[in-house]
Amino acid sequence: MELLFLLGLPVAGAAVFAFAGARREAPEFNVAFSLGTFLAACTLAARVIREGSLLLWREQFFIDPFNVFLVTLTAFVALTTSLFSRPYMRIESAHGRITPGRLKLYHSMYQLFTFTMLLALTTNNMGLLWVAMEGATLSTVLLVTLYRTAGSLEAGWKYFILCGVGIAQALFGTILLYFAAEKILGAQGVTALLWTHLNAVKSQLEPSVLALAFVFLLVGYGTKVGLAPLHNWLPDAHAEGPTPISAVLSGLLLNVALYAVVRCKILVEGSLHSALPSRMLMGFGLLSLLLATLFLWRQRDIKRLFAYSSIEHMGIATFAFGMGGPVANFAALLHMTVHSLTKSSIFFTVGHAAQKAGSQLMDDIRGLITLSPTIGWGLMMGSLAILGMPPFGVFASEFLILTTAMREQPWATPILLAALGIAFAAIFGRVQPMVFGETRLRRLPHAPALLPVFAHLAIVLLLGLYIPPYLADWYRAAARLIGGP
Amino acid sequence: MMPRIPLDQQLLDACAAVMLLLSFAMLSQRRVVSLVNLYAIQGGTLAAATLLVAWRTGEGHLYLSAALTIALKVIFLPWLLYRLIRRLEVYWDTEPLLNLSGTMLVGLVIVVFSFGLAQPITAVASTATRSAIGIAVSVVLLAFLMMITRRKAMSQVVGFLSMENGLFFGAMSATYGMPMVVELGVALDVLVAMLVLGVFFFQIREQFDSLDLHHLESLKEGD
Repeated sequence: MELLFLLGLPVAGAAVFAFAGARREAPEFNVAFSLGTFLAACTLAARVIREGSLLLWREQFFIDPFNVFLVTLTAFVALTTSLFSRPYMRIESAHGRITPGRLKLYHSMYQLFTFTMLLALTTNNMGLLWVAMEGATLSTVLLVTLYRTAGSLEAGWKYFILCGVGIAQALFGTILLYFAAEKILGAQGVTALLWTHLNAVKSQLEPSVLALAFVFLLVGYGTKVGLAPLHNWLPDAHAEGPTPISAVLSGLLLNVALYAVVRCKILVEGSLHSALPSRMLMGFGLLSLLLATLFLWRQRDIKRLFAYSSIEHMGIATFAFGMGGPVANFAALLHMTVHSLTKSSIFFTVGHAAQKAGSQLMDDIRGLITLSPTIGWGLMMGSLAILGMPPFGVFASEFLILTTAMREQPWATPILLAALGIAFAAIFGRVQPMVFGETRLRRLPHAPALLPVFAHLAIVLLLGLYIPPYLADWYRAAARLIGGP
Repeated sequence: MMPRIPLDQQLLDACAAVMLLLSFAMLSQRRVVSLVNLYAIQGGTLAAATLLVAWRTGEGHLYLSAALTIALKVIFLPWLLYRLIRRLEVYWDTEPLLNLSGTMLVGLVIVVFSFGLAQPITAVASTATRSAIGIAVSVVLLAFLMMITRRKAMSQVVGFLSMENGLFFGAMSATYGMPMVVELGVALDVLVAMLVLGVFFFQIREQFDSLDLHHLESLKEGD
């Protein structure tokens, strides 16, 4: 029942906005639909905490501690982003960058995108997972090109083709998975692609086929996580699309794609009994981390800067999942949560800052603290949080990952430390003059929404100081589920 | 004396060979309309192969899958592409990034590599069609090569679609097709992708007056 609301509300929202998305009160309805989805997610989470893992609708949907926490996070950030997008899109309209027709498209696709992510998270069918991931790309392509500028069209095309090709590799991986499973679970497998069934027989699956399948699945879904060297679409799509979309791409879509990778890893590891999947995850993770920190230095566009920072953090989480084991998995899950909350709050402030400056170039944004202290402080706190300063939650997760790396994979520690140091210098050096410094910024026609920013940062701060016991249990259960060598 | 191969097996192998030949033909074709023709024929071959397997194994859902292939890949998508070509007036692709003989040579290497890659799968496959798995992988990788070497958006899209044909052919020959719900989902995604692309092409055209992708190379690192 909760699931019906969870998946049904965004679809209903998409349908409603397809006809009435340009109405004056459409942004409020967008918030209302997102709020409904979030409440459904909360009740679903409560039920999983109470009753344990659930199999619903002829086993087509599977909810366990791992995905229910991502479902709640996704619904929450979708809600706060809709709160942020209410004044943001009104200001964009007032500045003449968006027509009513496009606003209709925006609202409709926003709900559809939420739906595809929730479907990807809750489905038990590896094939449907693929379909939902591709759907997530398709629903956001036209949002990236919403402004119809030359740059946004290029970004949209790159996003479409790179993610399309990447996801085609994942389809091949899924076919191979089905091929291996069909031998054990029987032909005409209604069940042969269901994750729970695969998980039950994973040690009998043919290792040579699964190894090949994992390569394709990792490359395919890894493209969407933004793992280097397949990350090229990510900074462009983040920089050229409207800011609410950057926030949900960074905060949610990357998480969902990483979720898909981890689900596949659990299966493959059970079949191979070797360190190959772990090594591949660690390798891709470190490479992304390193490349992203180096590119951080060269950015002049503020949204590109934080897009590269997302690649960096996804690299850290991927590396942690690669190490495996209860502590690293716990840290990776925590890192996904705090990164998602912090990065979306940064994009909220960045969006309003860019609107004030009329430009996304960092050289044009100066002295936020004088004109609008809340935006300035929001950006400063967000940046400090994302850079892993105590007492924010990112510090806790990065600290756990680092200490585990020292014990389990000592060779990786210097690389991790160096990358974190470089990233700190690059981002802090850019943010400082934007927040302080001389100003000549303009006033905005609508009051910016800063409640989501401080709500997110408060949660991140709380997670850094104290993780409530039920949440910790939840993370631990998920970490046990993911396992590792 | 070679062991006798049953007729339907021979026909299937012929279908596989035609798929591969069509991939090479696409690789060398620069006229966009012919490219779409080739794509439609490839879709037809895929449908024929699916029908053959369906008839041989008596798997009911494969008939449905073949019908879906014909409706989508032989009729609807080519029609959509012809319409786009006419409305956008893109008839020729420019010189590819790699010259023709070079592309063909790379293509040959890819086919050899694909058969090597498919070896572990073929070894454990029990379907009658397992010899075609190598060809399916080749079709996917050749389509990939085509996407890399072409400059016009339209040819890249046909490459993308051909890749998807190869994947379906692979699924068919390795496991007699995916579960129906997945096949429907994939078909829906492809359909929506093409519709989105149609909209997208008009946006690109409106902005640049051309569909040449060199306009789309301005976002560089560090800018």
